[in-house]
Amino acid sequence: MTSPLHQKIKVAGPVVVTANRLTDGAVIYRTTNGQWTTELPGAEVVTTSDAAMALLTAARADLVRVVDAYVAPVVLADGSPRPGNLRERIRAAGPTIDLPASAATSDVHVCA
Amino acid sequence: MYVHDAFDRRLITERVEEFRDQVRRRLSGELTEDEFKLLRLLNGVYLQLHAYMLRIGIPYGTLSSAQLRMLAHVARRYDRGYGHFTTRQNIQFHWIKLENLPDAMAELARVGLHGIQTSGNSVRNVTTDQWAGVAPDEIEDPRVWAEVVRQHVTLHPEFTFMPRKFKIAVGTATHDRAALRIHDLALRLHRNEAGDAGFEVMVGGGLGRTPFLAKTIKKFLPKHDVLSYVEAVLRTYNQFGRRDNAWKARIKILVHELGAEAFAREVEQEWLSIKDGALALDDAALAEIAARFRYPAYERLADDPLELKKALATDRRFDTWRRNAVARHRMPGYAIVTLSLKAEGETPGDATAAQMDAIADLADRYSAGEIRVGHEQNLVLPHVRQQDLHALWRALDAAGLATPNVGLVSDIIACPGLDYCSLANARSIPIAQDLTRRFRDGDLARGLNRLHINISGCINACGHHHVGHIGILGVEKNGEEYYQVTIGGRADEEAALGKLIGPAVPYGEVANVVEDIVAAYVELRERPGEIFIDTLKRVGIEPFKERVHAAH
Repeated sequence: MTSPLHQKIKVAGPVVVTANRLTDGAVIYRTTNGQWTTELPGAEVVTTSDAAMALLTAARADLVRVVDAYVAPVVLADGSPRPGNLRERIRAAGPTIDLPASAATSDVHVCA
Repeated sequence: MYVHDAFDRRLITERVEEFRDQVRRRLSGELTEDEFKLLRLLNGVYLQLHAYMLRIGIPYGTLSSAQLRMLAHVARRYDRGYGHFTTRQNIQFHWIKLENLPDAMAELARVGLHGIQTSGNSVRNVTTDQWAGVAPDEIEDPRVWAEVVRQHVTLHPEFTFMPRKFKIAVGTATHDRAALRIHDLALRLHRNEAGDAGFEVMVGGGLGRTPFLAKTIKKFLPKHDVLSYVEAVLRTYNQFGRRDNAWKARIKILVHELGAEAFAREVEQEWLSIKDGALALDDAALAEIAARFRYPAYERLADDPLELKKALATDRRFDTWRRNAVARHRMPGYAIVTLSLKAEGETPGDATAAQMDAIADLADRYSAGEIRVGHEQNLVLPHVRQQDLHALWRALDAAGLATPNVGLVSDIIACPGLDYCSLANARSIPIAQDLTRRFRDGDLARGLNRLHINISGCINACGHHHVGHIGILGVEKNGEEYYQVTIGGRADEEAALGKLIGPAVPYGEVANVVEDIVAAYVELRERPGEIFIDTLKRVGIEPFKERVHAAH
């Protein structure tokens, strides 16, 4: 069996590396300077398998800040990445439904 | 209502503090995610699309008003002001932060609530009839038996890492309101010809990718042997269940591949070696557990009191609700009231913190402080005096909790789907919401009688689509959401799996297909009172297929 570190990633177009933030599970994206952002337009976009693998390997080495990093497809609009499929659209924008009525007024969490 | 003892409280509190330390070590980097994932799953903590989710078990679906208020408090303080009641008598919070989980759990522990064994390959929350203890058609309160099993399997080292998760349900009534046959193990209390009560034991039910209805492996098990027999089933599964392939690891696959008779022989052999040992239940032990379930001091009342008759005669909306949401109680003068969590355009099973508080207050005032959670994702007030029904209805109506659609076409079961769940392929909630709008006309919906629509956003079938009269399963085709539609499923005492009505349809077509199926039913039924599932049984699936094929 091939080690995950040596597996090839199929890349058919622009991709980013995304994960969930450890502290709260928020959706985050790997940036060009090795940091993480909650905004997809700030993500590093790569287009080759080797570049995606390198980005993913670096992301997975960040054991403390992130969970479940993986490569996700994007489409470029005016040079800026947008989610490449429905799952990623929902991850980026949140549920497609209105949250229950009191949710809007209860967004006061115990931690800022 | 079950009364927790010092042992219960200590066990939960110690687990919270253990988890607090595990979270601390994860946040500091001492634990890797692989190490931590196993630990968080032992406590009902999942990572979903946007956030962590905490699943809390509600044993046998019974909640006190204090527990419901605590759930409301947790929803407000640690989540986004609402919770989601599931098809397994659990509640889920979908936006909880890892760093806040220990505090939230500590608060829940104060009222005896926790997420232990609500995930992982363990014995999950033991479920039962939401009308337990008050239903006129039950032999005895099933919660006593559910509690016997729950106590035995909670943190039982032998059953903590089984091949896969294991779901148990208990029923003691004529009508199956607990979906017994879709469980890994189901216990149905009934009477034999001599009039003695004993359990029919069914194993190997389950939905998911490979759906099966549970098969009977013992027709009559004396009640006092139930614990040793459950242990024998669990041991047999633990020994022979597959651990090499998660898709083939559930007991339903083992029972199917081995055959129910061979599986029963293995269980019997194990059981005979342990049945007269420490697990044989004696009357004193049972009485001790039964005594923990306290009932209200029921008053001597008569059915159909004058004030109820008057209100029904003068208030049409109240009469409509009473006919739909109120059921007969085992005690004269009392009623069982179902609160629909399926208002038009809302998410099935969701309740806001404000609603939970309102229901807790109404439970204190009208239902001896007790609330039940049913697998159809509705709540129940189990001890309401019939003379209080009108006042209760007015309060529920004001809180948006008096939608008279219980058991009707808009009383839809739906999983969270792709709006929340990392396993989902397609959305469930917007489909359900669309259908509640299509069938918003109450007179039309009531004219359609009992009709269950169940929706799942993936093959794991948390929305029980296989056993919906109309079942809807979300799949992904070339990056788009498509939905397979089945008809003819049911989860009651005549449990059946639905059959596909045609090729999958795109998202925008689902409600139209459902409308066509419903229209076909209206044309095909013999009389207005013949319910959908009986019409389908009488005429078969073909006329429905023809109708849908002609239109799509």
